[in-house]
Amino acid sequence: MMMQMVMRRIAIGFATLIVVSIIVFVMTSILPGDVAQIILGQSATPETLAALRKQLGMDQPGYIRYFQWLGNMASGDLGISKAGGATIESLIAGRLGNTMVMAGLVAAISIPISIALGLWAAMHPGTWLDRFVTFGTLSTISVPEFFIATILVLILAVELHWLPSTAYLTGEENPLELLRALAMPLITLVIVVSAQMIRMTRAGILNVMSSPYIEMAILKGVPRRRIILRHAFFNAIGPIVNVIALNLAYLVSGVVIVETIFAYPGLAKLMIDGVQTRDLPLVQACAMIFCGTYVVLILLADIASILSNPRLRNPK
Amino acid sequence: MTEQSPTTKEEAILAEIDSFAELPDAPPKRRIRLSWVGKLSVAIVVFWLIICVIGPSIAPFHEMDMDGDDGFLGYHANEYGTFILGTDYLGRDTLSRIIYGARNTIGISLASTVLAYLMGITLGILAAVKGGWIDMGISRVNDAILALPTIMLGLIAIAWLGSSIPVLIGTASIIYASSVFRIARALGQDIMVQDFVEAAKARGEGVWWVIRAEVLPNAAMPLATDFGLRLVFVVLFISSLSFLGLGVQPPASDWGSMVRENLQGLTYGSYASIWPAFAIATFTIAINLIVDDVSAKSGGSLATKMV
Amino acid sequence: MDREKLVEVRDLRISATNDDGDIIPIVKGVSFNIHKGEVVALIGESGSGKTTISLASLAYTKPGLHFAGGELLIGGEDMLQAEPLRTRDIRGSKVAYLAQSAAATFNPAITIGEQVTESAVLHGILTQEQANKRAVELYRALELPDPDRIGIRYPHQVSGGQLQRLMAAMALCGKPDLMVLDEPTTALDVTTQIEVLKAFKKVIHEEDSAAIYVTHDLAVVAQIADYIVVLYGGEVMEQGTSDQIINNPTHAYTQRLMAAVRPKPQAGLGTAVGAEHEREIPAIKVRDMTAGYGGIVNGEPKVPILRDINVEVKNGHVVGVIGESGCGKSTLARVMAGLLPQARGSIKLDDEELEGDLRDRRLEQLQKIQFVFQMADTALNPKQVIGDIIGRPLEFYHGLKGKKKHAKVVEILEMVELPAEFASRYPMELSGGQKQRINMARSLAANPEVMLCDEVTSALDSIVGANVIKLLTALRDKTGVSFVFISHDLSTVASFADEIVVLYAGRVVEQGPTDEVLTPPYHPYTRLLISSVPELRIGWLEDTMKKREMAVGIAKNVEITSIGCPFFSRCPMGIEGTCEKQNPPVRELKMGHQIACHRTIEELEEVEIEVQRALHEDEHAADQGEEGTLH
Repeated sequence: MMMQMVMRRIAIGFATLIVVSIIVFVMTSILPGDVAQIILGQSATPETLAALRKQLGMDQPGYIRYFQWLGNMASGDLGISKAGGATIESLIAGRLGNTMVMAGLVAAISIPISIALGLWAAMHPGTWLDRFVTFGTLSTISVPEFFIATILVLILAVELHWLPSTAYLTGEENPLELLRALAMPLITLVIVVSAQMIRMTRAGILNVMSSPYIEMAILKGVPRRRIILRHAFFNAIGPIVNVIALNLAYLVSGVVIVETIFAYPGLAKLMIDGVQTRDLPLVQACAMIFCGTYVVLILLADIASILSNPRLRNPK
Repeated sequence: MTEQSPTTKEEAILAEIDSFAELPDAPPKRRIRLSWVGKLSVAIVVFWLIICVIGPSIAPFHEMDMDGDDGFLGYHANEYGTFILGTDYLGRDTLSRIIYGARNTIGISLASTVLAYLMGITLGILAAVKGGWIDMGISRVNDAILALPTIMLGLIAIAWLGSSIPVLIGTASIIYASSVFRIARALGQDIMVQDFVEAAKARGEGVWWVIRAEVLPNAAMPLATDFGLRLVFVVLFISSLSFLGLGVQPPASDWGSMVRENLQGLTYGSYASIWPAFAIATFTIAINLIVDDVSAKSGGSLATKMV
Repeated sequence: MDREKLVEVRDLRISATNDDGDIIPIVKGVSFNIHKGEVVALIGESGSGKTTISLASLAYTKPGLHFAGGELLIGGEDMLQAEPLRTRDIRGSKVAYLAQSAAATFNPAITIGEQVTESAVLHGILTQEQANKRAVELYRALELPDPDRIGIRYPHQVSGGQLQRLMAAMALCGKPDLMVLDEPTTALDVTTQIEVLKAFKKVIHEEDSAAIYVTHDLAVVAQIADYIVVLYGGEVMEQGTSDQIINNPTHAYTQRLMAAVRPKPQAGLGTAVGAEHEREIPAIKVRDMTAGYGGIVNGEPKVPILRDINVEVKNGHVVGVIGESGCGKSTLARVMAGLLPQARGSIKLDDEELEGDLRDRRLEQLQKIQFVFQMADTALNPKQVIGDIIGRPLEFYHGLKGKKKHAKVVEILEMVELPAEFASRYPMELSGGQKQRINMARSLAANPEVMLCDEVTSALDSIVGANVIKLLTALRDKTGVSFVFISHDLSTVASFADEIVVLYAGRVVEQGPTDEVLTPPYHPYTRLLISSVPELRIGWLEDTMKKREMAVGIAKNVEITSIGCPFFSRCPMGIEGTCEKQNPPVRELKMGHQIACHRTIEELEEVEIEVQRALHEDEHAADQGEEGTLH
């Protein structure tokens, strides 16, 4: 029963990936019209246009191009960038690693902090510290990421001179320098991502807290800590895991902004550059990587919440 | 004493039972009551909406006027006038640009949200009421849109169509219509299984009557709260695009792009990028606080009873 | 009672604070005592403050409430003044709580065993091992199946009646001085209730624990309480020993409560049907109907609920449909209303075939069959005023508008005994009983031929419910409308219905005129139902346990079978090899009385005679025994 549901989710996730790839492909390859014209500009002769179209496979019908593209993507051939003619794999290679390092660090720091703070706030509802956490996180999720980043630059870099205001990497930093360079974007992202997770963890626990079995636990004389950690948390795991996965996915948009502000050489910065120069093949490849990661994370969240359901884990 | 009053307490109780003067299960409907934080937030939102309407006539300068000095000055005055919040990188008055920018930022967001709502609610309620393959079809397409990070969709759309105000509004409204759809559909489905809708169906009522008289009045309040939240997301989305240089294009002013334009001023100690960011924050936080205030009143929590 | 005082409640006052900050008294100075080993019942209707008072003994108030005065002493210690950390020690060790709905009160993510022993171990009363051992002993005492291993299961893996008993184990594990039982059997079916009551009574007696028993049900109280406190509006109306309150109530309110308790279901309670509305053709005729959920495959529903149903609703008659939860009684009404199209069989209205799906029925057919939903709270649109709610069918079916419509709305409000000014109110501004009247008024406004009433009184307090029944009887006499009255409460049905249909696991096991169904011979299930309805008589439980051939023991879940008699697994006179393999024949008795059973009428009658004889001998023996001791 449970395995069935998990398999079903995986199948749905796979189908979603296909649909996502179709949307990305249609928006970047079919709808924009004649890519050869865009590449060569207005002055191109009909002969060169035709030649390029043939070279790009544009003379084929759309669905054949889609399957070719999908096949190429699967075998790691992401195409050629419009700007400079370099292969997209070579452009992405180093950048992807940088973004993964950043996202990994953010996740490693923010998940434990968020769960701990969320649980703590739920354990002491109505206290001034809880109100502070509630208001602080509400404010944080209400403002754009760049607001947090700007304020941090103002305080930590401009006023206090503790950290550099950019995170530009030369590739020759020692670990300490690397950490210093990464500090600002990291702090920004941790704040942005944690705020939402703390709120949702707290809300998830408090939602469970209105259940009759919590009242029963209180009436059995169970201490606060145990009520939260044993009675409430185990029932809120599903929603909480879901929130974590969703917020890691939310990192995607955070990363875009933060990499731009701090000039961090990651994949998102590359994509923004691609959008600005309307380098569609590059945008296409980056979008697929981001969207694919997002879909997989959401899939993992779904599976986690199935696995954490006691009714499904222990069938009648 | 002509009035016939019950002589004993016992009789009074029996009279109470017989007269059906039972207490209502819930107190009569009351209007929404805001805390002082909520009231302050309403004032802030109303303030910005007024600025949107009358902004250009009260701004000290035109958004494109330059003061002739170098950029990034703090509070100063010269022959053109007084620059209360200083000037930006081109020497334009920050205050005036924030006032003008309110129109773009809030106006575009509001337009997008309203459009998103029109699309989302129409399709969402339709899917909930009709069910079957209509629901299946719309829901699957919607799932695919929701499966993409919003900023990615925005980036792809702009890479394809270039950036202009209609493209921004169109993109934002379609992206957020999918979230509205999901909520409207869920709400609609919840209401559709209520007994009073079942009663209407058993009576033989048609689809439109059910939607108009039974579903919409009951979905209105939760949807209104959601509208606030959605508006905040759209403001953040539009501002983020502008901040990336992909939203409202210069020389028009918009809070997101103002932050970007003046970012390098931070290192010289200029607050020209902080003020517009602050403007966004006041608007979005205020809306969220109102929503919080309206929706949080759900009785005492057991959590306060823990020892 | 000369035993030691355990609990003293003196002038207890509890108040609520509403959103406006106003303070509303909920409990207005209540005093009573509980002695060691004594069961005190707090009895009252909703709003009487009975649960609030009982929770005060755990030094607890629901969120939004606070103690406003008086004292509640347990062993001399005032619960109202207890420090927060002290309350934790008291709860679960000195005083234990048993809630109404065990299904909601057990944590779904934790095993039963851990939850049962948790409190005793946390308070250091027992070690985990000792607690586990005690738990198994309690399971055994409570007659739970598989006592050694039930602890490792999760709450959703056992039945509702079992969970209710497991909660008793949870409360008793820490050997509390006082147990608080809050309506512990209200949510259960009668046949399950009797088992649970028996188990509770036994363990309370064995453990010699004092108990507060909160309920609205006087008949249940009569079985279990030593002392009764009658509450109304947060005040004590009357208190005294069970014998005194049950047999000689002095306060008018108590007498009113007693009057609302319906007598034991038996023949001759109903009123005769007036002949003026009689007609040849039955209003509704259901033939060989099968229905269920999840789509239809080869004329069989995927999840069958009802099977081969044959029922008639005569004009101007009340047909009571009785059965336990899950037997399909609501589904029957939904099929008649066209809300759930049947998989097989036919439904006729005035001898005219009805389409299964209501969307295919004609407007006039829809108007003639009206459905009254169980919960008025959810059946009335909270955003419409009463005038619009009642006015809509007038406009929709009869085209009434404006002043005419309003005049008719007022007339209908009058019929359900509500004032005209209610037309401008919202449902939220009405009480539960008033909402239920509006719920019926809306159906009445359609001017129907048949009203399908689904458990319309079960969510109401007994006095309010009794008034609603009175109203329904008056409406029937006045308008000649037929009723299909669905209920799990046999006493209500017996006093109101002209015919009774007994459903079990989706099949009609017995039906016929009320007086015929309620006199022997009975279908074995009808017998079980009748003997399970508690009587307002001290000692009824013991008598019943004696006479009930309780070989079946613990009530099992209702199982819907496709072949054989569904009652076989619980039937004391089942024929192995026949009952579970073949569908029972329908045996015809006089006046259209039918029993579906493999046993012949003669066999069923014989059993009845035996039971009566056994009971009589028992009484005789008891009398002789008493005489013997006297002499």
